Amino acid sequence: MSAVNADFVGRVFTGTPPYVASRAKIAEFAAAVGAGSAVHTDPVAAQALGYGDVVAPGTFAVIVAQRAEAEYIEDPDAAIDFSRVVHANEGFTHRRPIVAGDLLHTAVHVDSITERAGIAMVTTRTAISDGAGEPVCEVTSTLAVRGEDS
Amino acid sequence: MTSLTAAVEQGTELFRVARAVNRDRLVRYAGASGDFNPIHYNDRFATEVGLPGVIAHGMLTMGLACAALTDWLEDPADLLSYGVRFTRPVPVPDPGEVTLEIGAVIGAVDTAAGTARVDLLVSVGGTSVLGKSQAHVRLHPPSA
Repeated sequence: MSAVNADFVGRVFTGTPPYVASRAKIAEFAAAVGAGSAVHTDPVAAQALGYGDVVAPGTFAVIVAQRAEAEYIEDPDAAIDFSRVVHANEGFTHRRPIVAGDLLHTAVHVDSITERAGIAMVTTRTAISDGAGEPVCEVTSTLAVRGEDS
Repeated sequence: MTSLTAAVEQGTELFRVARAVNRDRLVRYAGASGDFNPIHYNDRFATEVGLPGVIAHGMLTMGLACAALTDWLEDPADLLSYGVRFTRPVPVPDPGEVTLEIGAVIGAVDTAAGTARVDLLVSVGGTSVLGKSQAHVRLHPPSA
């Protein structure tokens, strides 16, 4: 297996179909991360705060981002051996919370690939926008990929 | 539930909570997130790849810390950003559970921007498992 392909820096992946945020998935995710606020499960509580529907927890966008990142990571030419991957960093910048009913489009930017001591650090930035084209969230993720000898 | 006001001071502890993580929670998070990496449920596989055993998803640890903060805030939209480094794996025993201690402290206040940095400190048995775990939260005008 060759090293991670640095030629991918600067590429943008937009081939993942839009993700529809559902009440059921938001409730399931909220329960899994122990988010107990009623805004995640009760549309009336969410509407009382001015939202159109239930609100996703702050890290819910990882579902949308990882689904889109797969288009890059699973590209054979990218040369990322997922069995050698460790998650190094993750970050979310929110323009607004994701709410149920959102149709979320993604663009995965390969921002950097650096190699040090046989470990490749691959940083992607996934821009998530809504059906109207307005930005919703930006998700940055760095994967550490161990080489054959490390 | 609370909102942070511009009167908040650096160093103030907002809350401290504990969250138990057992194998049941790992399975729930795998299903909810779609992350089915076997290192999060299969001891044999985890050991083969050099881990001490099944470990929690880093994103579960981050998600638990984030949820503790947004549950404390009145409006989840007050969370503007949250980022972490995954510095240490969190082994999850079977049988049993591991306890994550989550503390939130005001790291900095930017009154001009109307934001505060909240440091979400997450540790297991006194050892930190997340690095640079920093959220930015919107400040509200102080109530009269």
